[in-house]
Amino acid sequence: MTMRARGRRSTALAGGLGVALVLAGCGAGATSGGGGAGATNASDLELDCAPYEEFGDLEGETVSVYTSIVDPEDQPHIDSYVPFEECTGVEVQYEGSREFEAQLVVRVQSGNAPDIAYIPQPGLLANLVAANAVVPAPQQVEANVDEYWDESWKNYGSVNGEFYAAPLGANAKSFVWYSPSAFADAGYEIPTTWDEMLALSDQIAESGAKPWCAGIGSGDATGWPATDWLEDVVLRTAGPDVYDQWVAHQIPFNDPQIVQALDTVGGILKNPDYVNGGLGEVQSIATTEFTDAGLPILDGSCFMHRQASFYQANWPEGTDISEDGDIFAFPLPPIEGDTAPVLGGGEFTAAFNDEPATQAFQTYLSSPEWANIKAQVSGPGWVSANTGLDVENLTSPIDQLAAEQFQDPNAVFRFDGSDLMPGEIGAGALWTELTNWLATDKQTQQVLTDVESAWPTS
Amino acid sequence: MTTTTPVMAPVPPDERRLTRTERRAVAAKNKLSSPAASIIALVIAALWTVPTLGLLITSFRPELDIRRSGWWTALSDPQFTLDNYNEVLYGGATNFATLFVNSLVITLPAVVIPISLALLAAYAFAWIKFPGRNLLFVAVFALQVVPIQVTLIPLLSLYVDAGLAGSFWTIWLSHSIFALPLAIFLLHNFMKEIPASLIEAARMDGAGHVKIFFQVLLPLLTPAIAAFGVFQFLWVWNDLLVALTFAGGAPDVVPLTVRVAELAGTRGSDWYLLAAGAFVSIVLPLVVFLSLQRYFVRGLLAGSVKG
Repeated sequence: MTMRARGRRSTALAGGLGVALVLAGCGAGATSGGGGAGATNASDLELDCAPYEEFGDLEGETVSVYTSIVDPEDQPHIDSYVPFEECTGVEVQYEGSREFEAQLVVRVQSGNAPDIAYIPQPGLLANLVAANAVVPAPQQVEANVDEYWDESWKNYGSVNGEFYAAPLGANAKSFVWYSPSAFADAGYEIPTTWDEMLALSDQIAESGAKPWCAGIGSGDATGWPATDWLEDVVLRTAGPDVYDQWVAHQIPFNDPQIVQALDTVGGILKNPDYVNGGLGEVQSIATTEFTDAGLPILDGSCFMHRQASFYQANWPEGTDISEDGDIFAFPLPPIEGDTAPVLGGGEFTAAFNDEPATQAFQTYLSSPEWANIKAQVSGPGWVSANTGLDVENLTSPIDQLAAEQFQDPNAVFRFDGSDLMPGEIGAGALWTELTNWLATDKQTQQVLTDVESAWPTS
Repeated sequence: MTTTTPVMAPVPPDERRLTRTERRAVAAKNKLSSPAASIIALVIAALWTVPTLGLLITSFRPELDIRRSGWWTALSDPQFTLDNYNEVLYGGATNFATLFVNSLVITLPAVVIPISLALLAAYAFAWIKFPGRNLLFVAVFALQVVPIQVTLIPLLSLYVDAGLAGSFWTIWLSHSIFALPLAIFLLHNFMKEIPASLIEAARMDGAGHVKIFFQVLLPLLTPAIAAFGVFQFLWVWNDLLVALTFAGGAPDVVPLTVRVAELAGTRGSDWYLLAAGAFVSIVLPLVVFLSLQRYFVRGLLAGSVKG
């Protein structure tokens, strides 16, 4: 009896202590304030209002935008609308959600669709078009896209030959992160071909270190970073035409060329001499979170990490990301030819009605003026494939490098294939099979054959 | 652990004989309050608290430490910072105080509305005779089986048609709808336990339904109401799905949970903030729970005896 009473009292004490600690946390935080601001104040930027006058008087209209881009990347978006709002008097309401893909479909089905959504998967766009929810882009938007974007981008915003959604932001995935200072100390050169990269890996391995670190963990999306590896290499070994056929399932998923590509990836990711620097054996790739997988570069237990340009947000605050700083990235080298193909992703602006205000805003978003305004109000981590974008306006050197890749007329661009494949594959079987490939050393041929047999028949 | 088999309390011969149930109750009490049982309870309590403790420690660790090592390393090498809390509270585009107020504005009516309605319904089911009463009660009870996920899209379409989308009403109504079957069931069973003679005596004294409800039953029902209130409060406060679906398109209506869900950033790169975010969002439920936990435990047993 006494014991029980004492027990209860100490639980209450522990609970009270917890509350007190948390409250102390709130109180102390209040003194220092915070919140970052963009590089430039958006209302100081000039915008030529003429292109939007043809949409008539829009004063007092509102346009709602629904996106998957959340805090802290959302504020530069909101800021970048200010010049347009000042021109036209339209009010833009921004809303971002990490549950965007699921919630957008719920809203469209219940008749509560936003005016505009930024859709990151062409596959989702195609579904919404098939449900008659999305309206085709107005001709002003199409003119902008024809003039300022590579044709492949326009294709990804089109469904059955009809152009619906203009591209917006972009991210380049074909990057290898490395530490310029560590490379300089050890006397390593940045490789410009695949063979040089393997030679460098051998050289690092002989010195006793592990050259590569990787991680494909991402909650219930575990495996996607491995799909990027595969896609990048298919683009390099088999070429863009085979890549397109593969993504569209015009050739079998386990075509010999794809097997060869995955074996090439395995030459790095499944080579016990090469991986997994600072994290463990080959199997640890499957269990390491992708967000943390590159961090061993910082303490020198790993030298190279292939991940998209957006990985720059994952380096701890205070890391010097520049060509001769702590961390930088080089383009994943080509296997054949001189120019490395670029694998990437991006968002597309789909409109759910053809109100003049919506169309005016779509036009603004597809214009080079918007891209430049957005670049000036953004911090690091944003880039667009709009060729009217002045690279100098981008804040971070890695974004500038990505923009140069997008604007290089010789570089082949292809959209992330797993976002184009049916969901059962691109966000299902391919993830799990590639995870098995690394975690249980499943054979390459078997992995690809199993994905092939999972492909939906219709 | 092999030492003691609990000794049965010897029954003095002159005392009245205990019934079988009473003997079992005494035995159970002896078993549950033995030192061995207490130790097991303490061990379980400690084990169950470890993850929360880990979360609390994590929330105060610097970003790089959180990413690179487990919270237990902080025990040997303590390094703490308030940066995470600072970022959670002041780093977002929306003022944190606004979100806190939103959560409160959502939660209070979403607790009061279903309880008020359920009290009236439960009274009718328990003490007013009308044709089809049992059938209707079973129907209400059966509604608990409907998963809320299947109702999301149809409900939202109704709200859109009624022009309610994007207001607090959608969330209040939805939470009330989802809570009512269980609330009616629990309160009905509680009301049924009140002796019928009490109600009849009040009726003999000339009290009508209104008087019986407010002056006889309500004071007796306070623990049940408080228990269900705590239950519903925690559920609404922690809810993300309903808020996300129905408050969609109205950023000035969203509650705290939506912000916490968004803390990790577009590509999950800020996940180290989640521990701090979790602790900020549980402050209020913790206070409510600790101050009302007596009712909560009593309420868990409410209605469990009678079916």
